[in-house]
Amino acid sequence: MTGDSAAAAPGRTGARPERPVGRKSAGSRWGRFLEGGLLQGGVQGSPVLRLLLRWVRRPLLPVMRLWRRNIQLKVVVTTLLMSLGVVLLLGFVVIGQVRNGLLDAKVKASQSQATGGFAAAKQRAEEVAAGTADDGSTTDERFHQNVSSWMTELVSSLSSGGQGAFEVVTLPASAGSDSGGRGRRGSGLVDPTASVPEALRERIDSATGAFQSYTRIVYLSAAHKDSQPALVIGKQVNDPNDDPYQLYYLFPLTQEEKSLSLVKGTLATAGLFVVVLLGAIAWLVVRQVVTPVRMAAGIAERLSAGRLQERMKVTGEDDIARLGEAFNKMAQNLQLKIQQLEDLSRMQRRFVSDVSHELRTPLTTVRMAADVIHEAREDFDPVTARSAELLADQLDRFESLLADLLEISRFDAGAAALEAEPIDLREVVRRVVSGAEPLADRKGTEIRIVGDQQPIVAEADARRVERVLRNLVVNAVEHGEGRDVVVKLASAGGAVAVAVRDYGVGLKPGEATRVFSRFWRADPARARTTGGTGLGLSIALEDARLHGGWLQAWGEPGGGSQFRLTLPRTADEPLRGSPIPLEPKDSRRNRGLNDAGLPRGGSEKAATVPAQPGGDQAPAMPSRDPIAPRLGSAAVPKADPTALPGNGARVVPRPASGARHHDDPPGEAEPPSEEAGQNEDSSRHGEASRGR
Amino acid sequence: MMSFMKGRVLVVDDDTALAEMLGIVLRGEGFEPSFVADGDKALAAFRETKPDLVLLDLMLPGRDGIEVCRLIRAESGVPIVMLTAKSDTVDVVVGLESGADDYIVKPFKPKELVARIRARLRRSEEPAPEQLAIGDLVIDVAGHSVKRDGQSIALTPLEFDLLVALARKPWQVFTREVLLEQVWGYRHAADTRLVNVHVQRLRSKVEKDPERPEIVVTVRGVGYKAGPS
Repeated sequence: MTGDSAAAAPGRTGARPERPVGRKSAGSRWGRFLEGGLLQGGVQGSPVLRLLLRWVRRPLLPVMRLWRRNIQLKVVVTTLLMSLGVVLLLGFVVIGQVRNGLLDAKVKASQSQATGGFAAAKQRAEEVAAGTADDGSTTDERFHQNVSSWMTELVSSLSSGGQGAFEVVTLPASAGSDSGGRGRRGSGLVDPTASVPEALRERIDSATGAFQSYTRIVYLSAAHKDSQPALVIGKQVNDPNDDPYQLYYLFPLTQEEKSLSLVKGTLATAGLFVVVLLGAIAWLVVRQVVTPVRMAAGIAERLSAGRLQERMKVTGEDDIARLGEAFNKMAQNLQLKIQQLEDLSRMQRRFVSDVSHELRTPLTTVRMAADVIHEAREDFDPVTARSAELLADQLDRFESLLADLLEISRFDAGAAALEAEPIDLREVVRRVVSGAEPLADRKGTEIRIVGDQQPIVAEADARRVERVLRNLVVNAVEHGEGRDVVVKLASAGGAVAVAVRDYGVGLKPGEATRVFSRFWRADPARARTTGGTGLGLSIALEDARLHGGWLQAWGEPGGGSQFRLTLPRTADEPLRGSPIPLEPKDSRRNRGLNDAGLPRGGSEKAATVPAQPGGDQAPAMPSRDPIAPRLGSAAVPKADPTALPGNGARVVPRPASGARHHDDPPGEAEPPSEEAGQNEDSSRHGEASRGR
Repeated sequence: MMSFMKGRVLVVDDDTALAEMLGIVLRGEGFEPSFVADGDKALAAFRETKPDLVLLDLMLPGRDGIEVCRLIRAESGVPIVMLTAKSDTVDVVVGLESGADDYIVKPFKPKELVARIRARLRRSEEPAPEQLAIGDLVIDVAGHSVKRDGQSIALTPLEFDLLVALARKPWQVFTREVLLEQVWGYRHAADTRLVNVHVQRLRSKVEKDPERPEIVVTVRGVGYKAGPS
């Protein structure tokens, strides 16, 4: 059973088509059953068998679960089994000894009794023989009758001495003839032939001397008695005619059997009691240990759930009490540390808030003064006028930097709160796009919106989503080199997505993750046209995380980039995938072009909606590491590596030609908004988004 | 436009530099600023100067801005614009609930400030005599009064504007953004909490049962509309 996985099954069945569904050989089936199914949890082969297995396993599962989880049950069951074994062993030894003792005594008594009897029978025969020798004139017939009656009399006289303690039986010696009245006789209605075992008769025939054996006394039907165990001792004796016959003493063992069964019964009862009591004792003892352990487990769980004031009850000074004390000390220290950290965090937040206030008031004055000077710059000499301009510009930058820093520190302190309500993302996108129009006009870029035919509604914080999208769109326009920017909306399953695609410089390998780092610059050497703070995408990423959503980037050098925001449709739903593939359909790879933009041989690759491997993947992306925030949350993809969050950067070398391809899906171009023209300061959003 | 160029503005701020700068900017725009630096003296100064608008810093020595706001609102419907360094939810919402009409976050630009002040001072020039009905209320737009069964209800100018905006188009559902533009004069998306808080304040004055509003009805997921007349 090495190839136990489901993938191996088709090959096997193909290779061995004769493998029957319902094979007759039950043994091999059970072998497979145990080997593959019950033990390893999966079975290959016929579906019927698998079904049967599942059917058998199902009722066992809770029991096995209980067994695995319950140490008390384990100990009690083990104790029961082991004590049962010990009791059984002891029982067999004791019973064997008692039986031997009982039988030894009985056998000795019986042997002496039988020896006496044999001697008496011999003596009587000799007496009669001497008598007839004196007479001398008796005929054979008469004597035959005499022997017959003599034997009857012998049997009754011998047995009468035992007063029921034994029976006497005579049987003819098989070597001699059966004539002459030396036939079967038995005292007390014993069936002579049935009561004496054949083997014993043969041994007595073949040798002189007494032999013994165990047997059962069988009574004649007239006696109305059940057969009973007995010890039989027999010997070949001569009758008065000097012919041999067999004389048996049968000693019933009823008394001994009764004693033995009494002992057996007593032992069984005692054993049962011992086993049950041992089980109960084990249960009680284990409970003494397990109860505090369980209590500790429960309290540890409550501690981890945040109820830090929980403590164990400690009584006595034993090991359990030590456990409790150590546990409580741990909880105490934990609580202390957490409290310290909380205080620290609160102080930090307070500090940030205070700094914010203290910084902002003078900044407001400076800002207003700068504006007044700026307004009046036409009256100044050129140097002073330029200085006034620089002052005003840099104050803007300083202000947005301060705002972004405060926003980031709010995220870091965990003070950012989501105010989610159902919003239509199309409206947000339209607002963002109309806000970015002035900048786009200056750059000669057209911003198109695709996929806004139907409402795209999600539970989200409109302010934050707008901030994220404004950031993405302004970035796309800025880095789009005057080419079009496409904003695509889609919803599918439990997720909605907005992707912002540009055809500008794109991203180099590895940059798709680094763009979200704080203060990261794509190209330090490149002149910055608009002042950004370098925190915009970091804030956008935090905003996406706050929603339980994803913000991911893809790009190829010279081929543009795509930033995709995926949000769950309802706030508490984990994301499983995004309706828009991270790598756009018109990427070079998807169009089957090689790095130089020339057609590649035959590999047509359709961009599919990436099914993000969910499961272990934390949707909220709990990692707060700003450097590689989304790599940690990414599971290894099987099909499409671009579906990987944070692995969007394709390793595509710079192309020889800057050829630009347009096969975007048709979309409505947003008409330039009248109002947008008045948004005079949209140019300074840059990479940054301004937190309020 | 000259009609509201003249406006008395009371600046309540303890930062003398900022107050002076505000004075420069306001005078430059044709307003008449007066100043008070202490929260305890703010109410007396308000009564004395009878301003058309109050600029109020939230952090003040003595009485804090929230308290001053509440006191002024208790005796006047004059527009109050808060100056705040903290845009955190609680501060702003508390300020709005205590009666401020609008707020502006430091650091702000002079133009921004002046636009906010003007939006608050703007009254529709010579309003045409107009009677509106919303629910069982009768609104006299020119006379700036709201009456239920002949009993007039005192509203601040902002609350009045909000009610009139809703009553003029009773068939229309107003999103918060549209209301922000029409009533507050924000051209671009602003804080929708402004709308939420003031709708609550308005309801507490005009609704018979603010828990079950009939005048200003919430349309879930969209915004607000006027109740049926």
